[in-house]
Amino acid sequence: MKEIRVCAGGACVASGELAVKGALVKALKDKGLLNEYKIVETGCMGMCSRGPFMVVDDVVYAQLNQRAVNEIVEKHLVGGQIVEKYLMKTPEGKTVERAFKEHSFYKNQVKIVTRNLGIINPKSIDDYLEKDGYKALEKVLKEMRPEEVIEEIKKSGLRGRGGAGFPTGLKWEFAAKQKSDMKYMVCNADEGDPGAFMDRAVLEGDPHAVLEGMAIAAYAIGAKKGFIYVRAEYPMAIERLRVAIKQAKERGFLGEKIFGTDFSFDIEIRIGAGAFVCGEETALMASIMGERGQPRVRPPYPVQKGLWGKPTVINNVETLANIAWIIRNGWQEFRKYGTEKSPGTKVFALAGKVKNTGLVEVPLGITLRELIFDIGGGVPNGKKLKAVQTGGPSGGVIPASKIDTPIDYESLTALGTIMGSGGVIVLDEDDCMVDVAKFFLEFTVNESCGKCTPCREGTRTMYEILDRITKGEGTMEDIETLEELATVVKETSLCGLGQTAPNPVLTTLRYFKDEYIAHVKEKICPAKKCRDLISYVIDPDKCTGCTACKIVCPTNAIEGELNKVHIIHQDPCIRCGSCMDVCRFDAIYKVTPPLKVDAKV
Amino acid sequence: MVEIENKEEKFRELEKYIEEVNYDPSMLINILHKAQSIFLWLPQEVMEFIAEKLKIPKSRVRGVVTFYNFFSTKPVGRIQIKVCLGTACYVKGGDKVMERFLDELGLKNPGDVTPDGMFSVHDVRCVGACSMAPVVLIGEGDFYGRMSPDKVPRLVKKYKKMAEEIKAGGRS
Repeated sequence: MKEIRVCAGGACVASGELAVKGALVKALKDKGLLNEYKIVETGCMGMCSRGPFMVVDDVVYAQLNQRAVNEIVEKHLVGGQIVEKYLMKTPEGKTVERAFKEHSFYKNQVKIVTRNLGIINPKSIDDYLEKDGYKALEKVLKEMRPEEVIEEIKKSGLRGRGGAGFPTGLKWEFAAKQKSDMKYMVCNADEGDPGAFMDRAVLEGDPHAVLEGMAIAAYAIGAKKGFIYVRAEYPMAIERLRVAIKQAKERGFLGEKIFGTDFSFDIEIRIGAGAFVCGEETALMASIMGERGQPRVRPPYPVQKGLWGKPTVINNVETLANIAWIIRNGWQEFRKYGTEKSPGTKVFALAGKVKNTGLVEVPLGITLRELIFDIGGGVPNGKKLKAVQTGGPSGGVIPASKIDTPIDYESLTALGTIMGSGGVIVLDEDDCMVDVAKFFLEFTVNESCGKCTPCREGTRTMYEILDRITKGEGTMEDIETLEELATVVKETSLCGLGQTAPNPVLTTLRYFKDEYIAHVKEKICPAKKCRDLISYVIDPDKCTGCTACKIVCPTNAIEGELNKVHIIHQDPCIRCGSCMDVCRFDAIYKVTPPLKVDAKV
Repeated sequence: MVEIENKEEKFRELEKYIEEVNYDPSMLINILHKAQSIFLWLPQEVMEFIAEKLKIPKSRVRGVVTFYNFFSTKPVGRIQIKVCLGTACYVKGGDKVMERFLDELGLKNPGDVTPDGMFSVHDVRCVGACSMAPVVLIGEGDFYGRMSPDKVPRLVKKYKKMAEEIKAGGRS
């Protein structure tokens, strides 16, 4: 029986995967082919902007709807002809049939963590077993002592993929050495950075890989009980984990005496309730224990005193999804990818002003240029790359001049940002750096738990200063205060949230101070983004008097008769940009500083 | 004080769940999720009930409830109507649209809930769709642009029908 794979990742489901699958079943039935094909609903296939996807005979069809499916069944499955118009195109406009091998977005990727995404049905344990699932756990339990497992992971050089990059093997070793009647193994699935969705994709696309990684870790450190802490915003991930845990228990991969050995391990799901700070490990533990998710001082570290005062290892989803692969293939194989200090791969969520957006897994150490231009296809609409933001609200911006930097933990830290969980947001010339800093600060102000003063008051004051600057009300002294405050908050906050919250401010100040000064001294926004520092103006030479802008203007600020040049009155204009969006003649442009009087026609 | 419908039945359902998790206080957040799915929000007496069953101080339950964004200590309708009152929507008459929704549903103020618990109307800040002003979001993500007060009755009728279906089909 042949396979047809349909992507059932979050983005594809949102863009109509169910209807596509329904149409596929119906079309196969109509043609009497239902017994010849097996439909496999898989996890995320990566290029989320082009979903829903369907793969048949290795041919990748993208952006499908019901009509497309009918046509593909008719022509491809019955007629044996590839239907060109639903194939994917490269950024150069070339059509490719086997996109996962041929398209530049896919062919430079190395799939370790995402090895089963887009391949297997995440709801089927048999699919996972077919891909050597739980073989690593069997090997570990039957052939290796816990110290040997730790040694293997230490040699692999795997580092925590949640952000800070602490060596995983070392963490396990610390926990293993603790003497205690009870130890806990926790999976941190509280992925909260805006723009990051790799953990979600792994949980939804290959949940057993995470469970297997947890069981191996538990054996290595001597834990009997595990928790997965998932954010409540990911209902599909929670559901698939529930199914996976139930299946694994039924088959004896979790529970008592696994593989007939003396090792017993059980996993429970704990659901978050919408607090970003719970991604911080001490806050996360408080939340698992049913308390307010507030962090506490470290040391003691969780490996010493964690859940209910017992030694606890907390690993991120992506870290755990690496484990079974490393055990099966050996640390030497893992070290073939990445760099000396940052071996292996990293999954990134590529977003922002880049042609190909989605989920990519690449060897660490490739340059940002390769990631953004070779894989991402570059910046769309002929715009220039300005900067890259990594690490979400805890990270910073890297200017375009530094995009030949290799992506590894140390290089990114040296630039003032962090690897973080893997969100990469591409910014172009239309993005204002002060505005970007303000955006992330607004996020941290809302999510600061309020326990320690530097974070609670410091982030708020920084936000207020940034807000003043974007309104053209800032002073040079404000910039100095901002810099000083950022340093204090970084150095004195209690937990990772506060310690990293100033990074967006510090990096934009480091690389784009000119832009701050322009806002303050000249009252201009060079990127023409900050509403209070720009005006929208109509170019009389280009305006045809079509009235489209006049109709759409929410404040009736545009005046003009049909076929005559229009004018925007600055006083009522709220600078929402609707007029520019609808103008088909490129007749509307932005100016900074804002006009004090209306432009003359 | 809002009267809770089918109160006894709801508390029985909640207690059944608390029993399933063995009265484990570390399951508090999961229990609160369950309680909110049953009651739609977390009334004081529900919080007190949970504290009593888990044998923990009421202050701890309240502390947890107020810490996390997901939990609400005020009633909300099962179908929420969000009217944008950002600058663009406001000047385009978002406030009139809001008034009409309140009128049609017999509500006094934004945030109030209809007696059957199905609807509440809320004002939200700019949703970034100024060219479609005024805009309204209903339920899980239905979007309506270029609204006017006279379009409101038709929408209310549509969602009242949906509300009837939800009621008939039990809790969804």
